[in-house]
Amino acid sequence: MRILVTVKFTPDLQSQRSFTDGTVTRTADDGSMNELDENAVEAALQLVEAAGEGEVYALTVGGADAVAAVRKALQLGANHAIHVNDDAVAGSDVFGTAAVLAAAIRKVHDENPLDLVITGMAALDGLTSMLPTALAAELDWSQLTLASSLEVGDGSATIVRHLPDAHETVTAPLPAVVSVTDELNKPRYPNFKLIMAARKAEVVQWSLADLGVDAATVGAGASRTTVVDASPRPPRADQQIVTDTGEGGNALAAFLIEKGLA
Amino acid sequence: MSTADNPIAVLVELRDGAVARPTLEALTLARSLGTPVAVWLGTEPDADAVAQLGEFGAAEVRVAAIGAEARYPAKAAAAIAAATEDSSLLLVVSTFLNKEIVTRLAVTTGAGVVVDAAGVEFVDGEVEAFQTVFAATWNVRTRIAGKAIVGVRPNTTTASAAEVPGAASIVPISVQLPATRETITAVEPVAPIEGVPLAEAPVVVSGGRGTGGDYALVTELAELLGGAVGASRDATDEGWISHEHMVGQTGTTVTPALYVACGISGAVHHRGGMQASGTIVAINMDPDAPIFEICDFGVVGSLFDVLPQAIEAVKAHRAN
Ligand SMILES: Cc1cc2nc3c(=O)[nH]c(=O)nc-3n(C[C@H](O)[C@H](O)[C@H](O)COP(=O)(O)OP(=O)(O)OC[C@H]3O[C@@H](n4cnc5c(N)ncnc54)[C@H](O)[C@@H]3O)c2cc1C
Ligand SMILES: Cc1cc2nc3c(=O)[nH]c(=O)nc-3n(C[C@H](O)[C@H](O)[C@H](O)COP(=O)(O)OP(=O)(O)OC[C@H]3O[C@@H](n4cnc5c(N)ncnc54)[C@H](O)[C@@H]3O)c2cc1C
Repeated sequence: MRILVTVKFTPDLQSQRSFTDGTVTRTADDGSMNELDENAVEAALQLVEAAGEGEVYALTVGGADAVAAVRKALQLGANHAIHVNDDAVAGSDVFGTAAVLAAAIRKVHDENPLDLVITGMAALDGLTSMLPTALAAELDWSQLTLASSLEVGDGSATIVRHLPDAHETVTAPLPAVVSVTDELNKPRYPNFKLIMAARKAEVVQWSLADLGVDAATVGAGASRTTVVDASPRPPRADQQIVTDTGEGGNALAAFLIEKGLA
Repeated sequence: MSTADNPIAVLVELRDGAVARPTLEALTLARSLGTPVAVWLGTEPDADAVAQLGEFGAAEVRVAAIGAEARYPAKAAAAIAAATEDSSLLLVVSTFLNKEIVTRLAVTTGAGVVVDAAGVEFVDGEVEAFQTVFAATWNVRTRIAGKAIVGVRPNTTTASAAEVPGAASIVPISVQLPATRETITAVEPVAPIEGVPLAEAPVVVSGGRGTGGDYALVTELAELLGGAVGASRDATDEGWISHEHMVGQTGTTVTPALYVACGISGAVHHRGGMQASGTIVAINMDPDAPIFEICDFGVVGSLFDVLPQAIEAVKAHRAN
């Protein structure tokens, strides 16, 4: 079983996240692997463990600090790490990012075929949840998205996905792009041995030229969407906090009535 | 097709065969941008649905009668592509399924996509969408070059009927559906949560770990205010309430006029799903709970004391 997991470097949710010139400000000390990609790494590790053979690749596309995302995947147990880092990728939209990820995946796949690509359900910064579909379309592989259960065998994979109106069972031949929700599994914690090994592990660095991707087709210039304005929202004005000493419920009701909300 | 001047396509969202409210909001938004044309996928619409789309301004209802094939994102995308050739802007409701459909569509048409938007306007002939991001701490405005698709969040436009109703003339769309590698082998319907769907509710009252699993008071207040019941992930993980009720970044994103958080600490994952709400009220025993940082009105106290009194006071006010 050969599986590649896409992992994104995202700013720490607890930090003061911000924009600079229309793109997200990123610094190595307050970012890491997107939390939801832990579920993707976990899914890959479990499948390889169950198969008793196989390898897990972690792939990220991003600036120099994004290497932290694949290092985290190594700490969790991934066998190989790939970091696509090229200034020309900066400012890509979902489709540009998908094109770069797909080119890197093809390079791995052409050398030794992959069974699956597993992604998280959303990156907790962009939060579009569009990338997995774009990636499946770009690769022209099966699309099995929002898996809250996943079974692989017999050259095909089957998932159950929970949509608001129905639970769907979807099956498709391999190779497939699978996105997994946080309902699928409970990610493991990195163990000490792997943390130490991950520090020294080699991370393969690829540029767009290594992938045969024309720089003009990705990045801010090729992006179909451009952030034209980003501004912090003012904090809520006139905040009122009362301590309940027997009248808290009445105070709440009075507030709702005054605001026309009750 | 194409009698409409500057057609703004709106993908109709259905619930149990009827038009869902966020579609009426999207039609209202579309009227401010051009001439709304509704795109209907699935089984043929009934007369009531067509009349309602007309009331909210739809000049046409373009029907691709593809039945249950509409569950396949790539097939739905092909049908929409066939129905919207003349339109430079498509509005859809921002749901997980629609995000997949519009991604497939954009891959074939080259459109730019913004999802989870709070609004759209034309600036110098180009589409600009606005969003709040990073748990609603930033406002972002994004321009889309060329053909555009925008996913709008429920409750971001107030739905209102058009002064002059649209003709809502039916235009059948024929489409050659692509083959897909995937096969949907089972569809098990989920019993709809009673009352207003969480994502669309004008009021959401949520309970977290602080409820200890007792949702009676939370439900009573939600019903009194005509709202839906929400929950934190800790509460759904405990099995106190079903997963469909979870509010947050990995659950449902809500933007009601009023959000009441009861016994919820306000973890960043939870805030990401509710921080763009109109008015936020928090009830929590811990004065240092992070939820108090983002609320308009907070009560430091036990929900078991505060909620019964508030419910009685609202009822007494209404009785007057
Ligand atoms: C605040 C914000 C708003 C944005 N809005 C838009 C927009 O409206 N339209 C648009 O086209 N683009 C937008 N972008 C750009 C877009 O986020 C990036 O192109 C991104 O890499 C892919 O989308 P996502 O982060 O939403 O990923 P999602 O689709 O939410 O992520 C799903 C999974 O894809 C994988 N993944 C995503 N990105 C990478 C990566 N770089 N490397 C490895 N794996 C990855 C991860 O496994 C992740 O769990 C936005 C970015 C930000 C930060
Ligand atoms: C990848 C990831 C994704 C996640 N996604 C989500 C998500 O989408 N949605 C979500 O909600 N969470 C999500 N979480 C979990 C989140 O981080 C928090 O753990 C969770 O929101 C906490 O739930 P809570 O506020 O109910 O519980 P707690 O944090 O335990 O807070 C309970 C609060 O109740 C108060 N309290 C106790 N008794 C009373 C009383 N009698 N009256 C009033 N107050 C009382 C306490 O003071 C406390 O503040 C996610 C986590 C991860 C890692």
